[in-house]
Amino acid sequence: MDSCHTENNSRAEMIHSLFLINHAGDIFLEKHWKSVISRSVCDYFFEAKEKAVEPENVPPVLQTPHHYLISIYRDKLFFLSVVQTEVPPLFVIEFLHRVADTIQDYFGECSESLINDNVVTVYELLEEMLDNGFPLATESNVLKEMIRPPTILRSVVNTLTGSSNVGDKLPSGQLSSIPWRRAGVKYTNNEAYFDVIEEIDAIVDKSGTTVFAEIQGVIEASVRLTGMPDLSMTFMNPSLLDDVSFHPCVRFKRWESERALSFIPPDGNFTLMNYHVSSQNLVTIPVYVKQNICFFETGPCGRLDITIGPKQTMGKTVEALMVTIHMPKAVLSANLTATQGNYSYDLATKVLVWDIGKLNPQKLPNLRGSLSLQSGAPKPEDNPSLNIDLKIQQVAISGLKVSRLEMNGEKYKPFKGVKYLTKAGNFQVRT
Amino acid sequence: MQEWANQLCENRQFGSKMTDSKYFTTTKKGEIFELKAELNSDKKEKKKEAVKKVIASMTVGKDVSALFPDVVNCMQTDNLELKKLVYLYLMNYAKSQPDMAIMAVNTFVKDCEDLNPLIRALAVRTMGCIRVDKITEYLCEPLRKCLKDEDPYVRKTAAVCVAKLHDINAQLVEDQGFLDTLKDLISDSNPMVVANAVAALSEIAESHPNSNLLDLNPQTINKLLTALNECTEWGQIFILDCLANYSPRDDRESQSICERVTPRLSHANSAVVLSAVKVLMKFMEMLPKDLDYYGTLLKKLAPPLVTLLSAEPELQYVALRNINLIVQRRPEILKHEMKVFFVKYNDPIYVKLEKLDIMIRLASQANIAQVLAELKEYATEVDVDFVRKAVRAIGRCAIKVEQSAERCVSTLLDLIQTKVNYVVQEAIVVIKDIFRKYPNKYESVIATLCEHLESLDEPEARAAMIWIVGEYAERIDNADELLESFLEGFHDESTQVQLQLLTAIVKLFLKKPTETQELVQQVLSLATQDSDNPDLRDRGYIYWRLLSTDPVAAKEVVLAEKPLISEETDLIEPTLLEELICHIGTLASVYHKPPSAFVEGSRGVQHKRLTSSAGSGESVESPDTGSAAVSEAPPAVIPSQGDLLGDLLNLDLTPPTSTGPPPAAAPGMQLGAMDLLGGGLDSLMGDESEPLGGDIGGSPAMGAGFGAPPAAMPASFNAPISGGLDDLFDLGGGGMTMGTYIPPKTVWLPAMKAKGLEISGTFVRRSGVIQMEMTLNNKAMSVMSDFAIQFNRNSFGLAPAGPLQILTPISPNQSIEAALPLSTVGPVMKMEPLNNLQVAVKNNIDVFYFSCQYPISMLFLEDGKMERQVFLATWKDIPNENESQFQIKDCHLNSDAASNKLQGSNIFTIAKRTVEGQDMLYQSMKLTNGIWVLAELRVQAGNPNYTISLKCRAPEVSQCVFQNYETVLKN
Repeated sequence: MDSCHTENNSRAEMIHSLFLINHAGDIFLEKHWKSVISRSVCDYFFEAKEKAVEPENVPPVLQTPHHYLISIYRDKLFFLSVVQTEVPPLFVIEFLHRVADTIQDYFGECSESLINDNVVTVYELLEEMLDNGFPLATESNVLKEMIRPPTILRSVVNTLTGSSNVGDKLPSGQLSSIPWRRAGVKYTNNEAYFDVIEEIDAIVDKSGTTVFAEIQGVIEASVRLTGMPDLSMTFMNPSLLDDVSFHPCVRFKRWESERALSFIPPDGNFTLMNYHVSSQNLVTIPVYVKQNICFFETGPCGRLDITIGPKQTMGKTVEALMVTIHMPKAVLSANLTATQGNYSYDLATKVLVWDIGKLNPQKLPNLRGSLSLQSGAPKPEDNPSLNIDLKIQQVAISGLKVSRLEMNGEKYKPFKGVKYLTKAGNFQVRT
Repeated sequence: MQEWANQLCENRQFGSKMTDSKYFTTTKKGEIFELKAELNSDKKEKKKEAVKKVIASMTVGKDVSALFPDVVNCMQTDNLELKKLVYLYLMNYAKSQPDMAIMAVNTFVKDCEDLNPLIRALAVRTMGCIRVDKITEYLCEPLRKCLKDEDPYVRKTAAVCVAKLHDINAQLVEDQGFLDTLKDLISDSNPMVVANAVAALSEIAESHPNSNLLDLNPQTINKLLTALNECTEWGQIFILDCLANYSPRDDRESQSICERVTPRLSHANSAVVLSAVKVLMKFMEMLPKDLDYYGTLLKKLAPPLVTLLSAEPELQYVALRNINLIVQRRPEILKHEMKVFFVKYNDPIYVKLEKLDIMIRLASQANIAQVLAELKEYATEVDVDFVRKAVRAIGRCAIKVEQSAERCVSTLLDLIQTKVNYVVQEAIVVIKDIFRKYPNKYESVIATLCEHLESLDEPEARAAMIWIVGEYAERIDNADELLESFLEGFHDESTQVQLQLLTAIVKLFLKKPTETQELVQQVLSLATQDSDNPDLRDRGYIYWRLLSTDPVAAKEVVLAEKPLISEETDLIEPTLLEELICHIGTLASVYHKPPSAFVEGSRGVQHKRLTSSAGSGESVESPDTGSAAVSEAPPAVIPSQGDLLGDLLNLDLTPPTSTGPPPAAAPGMQLGAMDLLGGGLDSLMGDESEPLGGDIGGSPAMGAGFGAPPAAMPASFNAPISGGLDDLFDLGGGGMTMGTYIPPKTVWLPAMKAKGLEISGTFVRRSGVIQMEMTLNNKAMSVMSDFAIQFNRNSFGLAPAGPLQILTPISPNQSIEAALPLSTVGPVMKMEPLNNLQVAVKNNIDVFYFSCQYPISMLFLEDGKMERQVFLATWKDIPNENESQFQIKDCHLNSDAASNKLQGSNIFTIAKRTVEGQDMLYQSMKLTNGIWVLAELRVQAGNPNYTISLKCRAPEVSQCVFQNYETVLKN
């Protein structure tokens, strides 16, 4: 009777199945939103994984004779979805990241062991997040009302009383025009904190010229406010922000007309806004690097000499300074002296890490010494790049500053605060 | 699996007892029985735990379907979690247990009436996932209620359920009127319901391309745009994708939609952003380019695209694939953003390769220095694929930006000095292309290249090096030694290298005939006698024959000036690009393939096309950009007397004098030879955009090797080269005659002018053979005999391929039919009009002269279908002054009928586009002397007047071609 509906016409849903695969290539969870697809479909993926050598290099979209495999690699896990129809791949990838975010949010970490410990909850979550390929509920606020996150206490209570961790009421936010916020939020301490975090992405060439630099900024919010607060945030210099993306709660019209962020916030932690400053003259590079890494034509050795100094730090101290170098394969060991901090060379990964700490402008940190190469190996062809990590507290390197934060709609006075932090993102110095 | 599960549990001995891992501990033999007992326990808690164990087994892919009845028994419960778990189980296994599934129906129906909307929604949702016919019958009533439920959560769930049901039983959904209800939901007060209704309808519409389900009109569009602001991010994607299918009535509407979509560019969800980009890219076409808003919109598109590149690498990858399309369509959007595509050493390889591709597309004189510095940097990285691509990119820069060529060459030489094997090989491959683009400019580097001859072990690099040696044999003292060294292992080489070696040695021979005779003999015999490869043998025979019949001609053929290679060989062909722009953000856009080509079983995908604003029929729309940077000297269409064509073909190819019709092979051979000189030459000499094994001079590398996605082009194009070779050897074989228009016979020679002999006739092309078909009517009083025929020199060298076969005398008042096969290898002289033919007929009475005109389509070859990309490149390449435009009046065919009709005359339609109800056919034809004619035919529905634009390197033929169009179309 149902034989007339065979596999080949069941292609309605967008995301057909999901497989979670660990670093080693074992499938440890599968979820099918309709018919069961054999896990042998993943063989194509394993093949690609084999070929890519590094897991980061597995192509995110793979074509198989009957399916498409769209995957992300996060926290050393692959989230692999199987689709059969023409689906926007970004939609799938965004969704997969959302799954990973949710798992992280629920269990504190996205790892195989935690997922296995909570497999039924994960399964229920997945079911709640997607129906027939259409995302159903992906907002953490909504999900948490439907399926409560495990806490040690509740597990104990549930076991003792037999009560359930599945909400039996329709989440209040699910259908309102503000799906991200649930009704009836109550706090004794009302607080709204914002972190303006900027990451500098830069490529500096061997002569010290900046080849490319941009700032990825983000405003992370932690808002615990009673009721339905309506917040508005203004900036001293909003003209910096010409490339922005907002949390859905931000009223775009107000932004367009007044350059103010006006929003009813989700409850808890969320990303209010991402922004991007790419105009070269606005991107200042806080440190300079003088480096010389060379390998000799004769003899299995080379020299390394690196000095770091402050460039434009806006009067603040550069902290957590660290240099990471992926050395050529032939480098066996490093015999170096650091005037400040410690260095280590991992023979297996060929990564040299120099952990400097605070940058003292009076006494510039220097690392120098010799590198020894595998004897008989040819002179390495590739020049290693330096990756710089650093932090500068209390400043957004673009100069962005919040001028006011106001709250309407509720009568109480909340605690408010804004912190600034600048970090190195993908900050590379070529040699 | 078993072991793994146990091990898993062991590893977690220390873990909390509260975790779900405990559910795995029961996965051992006999567990099914244990579970069965637990599932049937009286204790609620025990039941629930048992179901959880079942689910846990399911998540690791274990088959627990045997427990179906026991699990279903747990369904009737007021515990929501247990109910959900059972539903989860049901969805997984109902299909394998249809009869059992029916047991669940009553509970479903009851749950659909529950007071709690969550349970109503859950029930209708789960029922829709159970793909069992019996259940669908029971689903209809509950679904109908849920679609009108007071609670929007239930309605939105029900909307999705319609799509699920439709997938199981489309007829049922239509009969039950669910589609109308679904359409009504587009006007629902709740934006989430609207979004889901749109998603469901789009999905259903995909399987019914012509159903007009999503009847988009300004009212519904307005509703969608309103819902767009309020619904979830996922709903926004569905709505935007749906909007992209709408065709605005005018630029005003277009602009207003764009204005309302633009805020989506600032969304945090990259899929929303890309869908918005798609809508904007598409609707932008409608906007007049001089509109201020158009410029504003262009500016607004850049930042969100750049932002996508700071997302996770997987998102970056998809974004880059799409940006690749966007920069081809509208390079101005990102022209100042070169730097964001610079590669970071820790980008995943798939991101690196895409970035590199886009860097080249954006490379211009303004930024070339920066780009080159980057590329040089990349060429010293570790990853081999990436390094290779970077080296090739340097070559592409040289070809694209002339000013940079010198710098590129010196960069490449620096790289060769590194002696890294694969770098050297790539560098040689691209240097060969640079030589082709800028002949006689950088040959000083040849010596350096020759030093590395030994280290080349990849066929492509070997072939490139051999090409260089052959091409510049006169400047390389030991060219013969070098080539000879390759010859030693001839049979171990790949076809590519063999073909190249063959050509190179022939070139060498033609340049230094005295010292190399032995070598050429050797290679010809290796190619023709000792090889099983038909391509190689064929090419060997061609050379052999050419060399033995006329070395001068051979020289002209083999050492002919090569067509230039164009700068962008991997551009996506414009109609495909347009289609892909309409599909931004889809899998099609990632694979750069038309959507119809690859999603399995996609039921009749609609082809989407960009529609442009009515007023701007300008460059972007037409393949003619007017900026053809390089144009080779157009070959003289009608070679003057005694030139190459005449020389070569006056050889020993005189028609056989046997009685009876000449064997088909003879004209075939001649046509083939013609081919060599004309269009066939292009292909034989290596048109860079043709990834065929048979390239002699050019490299397919630039085009094919450059990350062009596999099978990007439909395979239906006839590549000219194979066509040419086929022609050469089996032209007599069944060609296409169907639908060929044969003009009626007309009187060529009236009786009164020819002492009673009346000749009427026409021309026919059948299976590649041109025939002059005549009726000879004796209106005189005496018998006529001893007929013979001769042609005067004419524009295309038409000549009788044999004697006129009239074996019996013609008595008075008798008429006789005669068919005279023609060749096109006769002497050439330009006639006025071009297709004029002067004929002399002799009989026992006298010699008579007449002239007639043949339809130029007689000369159109069967292999005149140009490959799309070649078409595009050629169209661009032919200067604008060579274009002529004509009107064909009073033609009542639609474009398809016209196309079919024309095909009968070897006028091939390569592509068709529809722009605002106007069909544009892109057509090509190839004349026997190798001249290509390219045409764009515009057919407007309801308008009997066609417009035709013709482009040809020899514009003289255009008038004739146009007349031919007119005759064919009107008959």
